[in-house]
Amino acid sequence: MSSESATGTVEQLPEVDLSGIEALLEPYVGEKGTVIPVLQSLQEHYGYLPRPALEYTARRIRVPLSRLFGVATFYAQFKMRPRGRNIIRVCKGTACHIQGSEKVGERVEEILGIKGGETTPDLRFTLEEVACIGACALAPVMTINDNPHGRLTPDRIKKILESYE
Amino acid sequence: MHDKHLMICGATGCLSSGSAKVQEALEEELAKRGLQDRFRLVMSGCPGFCEVGPILVVYPDEVFYCRLTPNDIPELIEKHLIGGEVVERLLYQGPDVEAPARFYQTIPFYQKQKLKVLHNSGIIDPESIDEYIMRGGYRAFSRALKLEPMEIIDEVKRSGLRGRGGAGFPTGLKWEFTFRAVGDKKYVVCNADEGDPGAFMDRSILEGDPHAVIEGMLIAARAVGSDEGYIYCRAEYPLAIKLLKKAIEQATEYGLVGENILGYGFNFKFTIKEGAGAFVCGEETALLASIEGKRGMPRPRPPFPANQGLWNKPTCINNVETFANIPLILREGGLEEYLDVGTGGSKGTKVFALAGKVRNTGLCEVPMGISMREIIFDIGGGIKDGREFKAVQVGGPSGGCIPTEQLDLPVDYDSLTQAGAIMGSGGLVVMDDRTCMVDLARYFLSFTQKESCGKCTPCREGTKRMLEILEGICEGRGEMEDLDRLHDLAVGIKDTALCGLGQTCPNPVLSTIRYFHKEYEEHINDKFCRAGVCKSLFEYYIDPEACDGCTRCARVCPVDAISGERNELHIIDSELCNRCGSCVERCTREAIKVIPVRKEAEVKS
Ligand SMILES: Cc1cc2nc3c(=O)[nH]c(=O)nc-3n(C[C@H](O)[C@H](O)[C@H](O)COP(=O)(O)O)c2cc1C
Ligand code: SF4
Ligand code: SF4
Ligand code: SF4
Ligand code: FES
Ligand code: FES
Repeated sequence: MSSESATGTVEQLPEVDLSGIEALLEPYVGEKGTVIPVLQSLQEHYGYLPRPALEYTARRIRVPLSRLFGVATFYAQFKMRPRGRNIIRVCKGTACHIQGSEKVGERVEEILGIKGGETTPDLRFTLEEVACIGACALAPVMTINDNPHGRLTPDRIKKILESYE
Repeated sequence: MHDKHLMICGATGCLSSGSAKVQEALEEELAKRGLQDRFRLVMSGCPGFCEVGPILVVYPDEVFYCRLTPNDIPELIEKHLIGGEVVERLLYQGPDVEAPARFYQTIPFYQKQKLKVLHNSGIIDPESIDEYIMRGGYRAFSRALKLEPMEIIDEVKRSGLRGRGGAGFPTGLKWEFTFRAVGDKKYVVCNADEGDPGAFMDRSILEGDPHAVIEGMLIAARAVGSDEGYIYCRAEYPLAIKLLKKAIEQATEYGLVGENILGYGFNFKFTIKEGAGAFVCGEETALLASIEGKRGMPRPRPPFPANQGLWNKPTCINNVETFANIPLILREGGLEEYLDVGTGGSKGTKVFALAGKVRNTGLCEVPMGISMREIIFDIGGGIKDGREFKAVQVGGPSGGCIPTEQLDLPVDYDSLTQAGAIMGSGGLVVMDDRTCMVDLARYFLSFTQKESCGKCTPCREGTKRMLEILEGICEGRGEMEDLDRLHDLAVGIKDTALCGLGQTCPNPVLSTIRYFHKEYEEHINDKFCRAGVCKSLFEYYIDPEACDGCTRCARVCPVDAISGERNELHIIDSELCNRCGSCVERCTREAIKVIPVRKEAEVKS
């Protein structure tokens, strides 16, 4: 379900700062049904789910690490790797699809040299997919850092990407 | 008191077309002239006509301005707000009106609609409980507090309301099961996961009228005997979540939520859960598992949630729009009015997200029983760019398509099912002659295949097999026997899959084969995709008769595949061309045609 997969190469992951995690977990200790909200606030804090933070969390809220991983990998929302400074989400909803979102997506991939779910090596862009953001009237649509760009055609992509540092 | 209320649409569609900038400009301009106390500016929910956003409606005049830009604001303030004169140039204009249309009622997009569930959307400030109450809000709930549970349930049963989340199960009956179920604790859950990848009805209801959903849930709670509710909303809907939180806070302040509500000894509290992006979590048992913090996988039913739901307690789970219907039914005199709309087996209205190749895209609410033709041609204004209607997909990845021959079909649960589609949650995606139906089937199947949770084999493996076959056909490797294989796999999955995702995912394939067999044949036998979508099955070719050498196409081509001098015929190098279609969009003479892939020899000659 999740597009994350092990690449086999040894990746240099950034150091993880665990200060502040305690305050973040505090409200959830001893509550029921908290795994997803906990992961959501961890991701909000770190931008992704760093392994050391998951290990700490498992101990703190007394949930097996395997369960945290199980849940985290089930839902598309959770990312196991650091993400880029700019998050591109190309809408792959039905209305966007029939108005050519595939071609838009391909053009983005071509320009950045990455596939959906990946991040450029310089951490400038992460490319994701999203299903219908409710702007079908402007299909095909993509958002970059939540700024919507609508009525896209492949030839317009390059300029738009260039405007994000 | 304010002289006028300026309702500017702050929902996603209009945000995408720039409503935030228009709002800023309005704010600045009003402040500059010291008018901010005379005119109240409100970011409202979606009034529906997203196509012509950003939209601003001036009340009490009810004048509807559209396609606004920040540059229009000074004139609008000067002329209308100060001078009292309508700015004609900013009104709705289109081929379907003779003169610019001033009000909602005169715009064809709204004329055949019946705004019931959406009657507040775009009209009230979604952050103000007072405005909700002023428009009759919470009256149904206070009436329900005085009724016995079975009296409430009886009214819901008599209304004929069926679940709007997809399956169309009678709501009153579901409530009765939950009411009769034995348990020391019961839950009411609102399904706001909205998984159909081409639809946004629930989001608009939540963003336009959050209190209606809260009120519906409170009434349900009163009826089934629950004291705790969850709203499971997609995390991708941050605005909806924010507005819901605000609405719950306000309702709590007003004593409508909490302990001993309005002195009736009835308690209720809400929790909002953010979904984490899995389509299958919209399925009720998976959704409940997800609230419990587990992987969202469906489980077999029975037991149904009404008997064993959240943490194994009896649980009443309904869709956003279902709950939003409840206050309309339960308020004084509401039932009679409700029964006036709709058909025998399908009462009330349905909200649809109208999208695709139709001129007027947006959100519309129509009486059940209206014909598909009326929705697409009267409300939707027909097909964009004067092209030809081909089909409309109803019910998203679980639904099917309706072709031209079936356009007069009444839109109700039974007729749609008979036609091989389903009512579904309300996505309507209109397609024209440039949409490939085989590709559409492939698209939906690749969606469901990715979203299959993998728990049961027929769905996990079957969708993979079906997708491979469809990809083969789209890439020119298809054979006629594939159609039988698809059919057998489809029937197999339908019969044996554990949950609705698997059971319904073959529908788009079956219905496209049923209505567009020819298109499959053409893909398989002639290796030709007439719509110009399946990249291996066509080429672009510039018609020498039509091309005037304007150079537009060449300038736009991202891979420099087009050559030609100004004022002379242009030529596309098919080897270089990656079929991105940009040139086709740009050519004003429709000179760029879709043709079957030519053999080497043909190209030379
Ligand atoms: C794969 C799948 C996805 C679903 N997604 C949704 C959804 O996004 N929203 C929804 O309200 N119901 C969805 N449903 C239907 C629910 O299971 C359930 O029928 C519904 O919440 C009941 O509410 P209703 O009776 O008010 O329609 C889905 C069902 C399936 C099988
Ligand atoms: S039918 Fe598909 S989605 Fe549903 S439980 Fe089986 S594998 Fe999961
Ligand atoms: S845009 Fe059309 S008319 Fe202009 S050069 Fe290209 S093919 Fe010819
Ligand atoms: S379809 Fe795209 S790549 Fe091919 S010629 Fe036209 S613009 Fe160039
Ligand atoms: S399908 Fe892309 S915004 Fe709706
Ligand atoms: S989003 Fe503004 S009208 Fe729909």
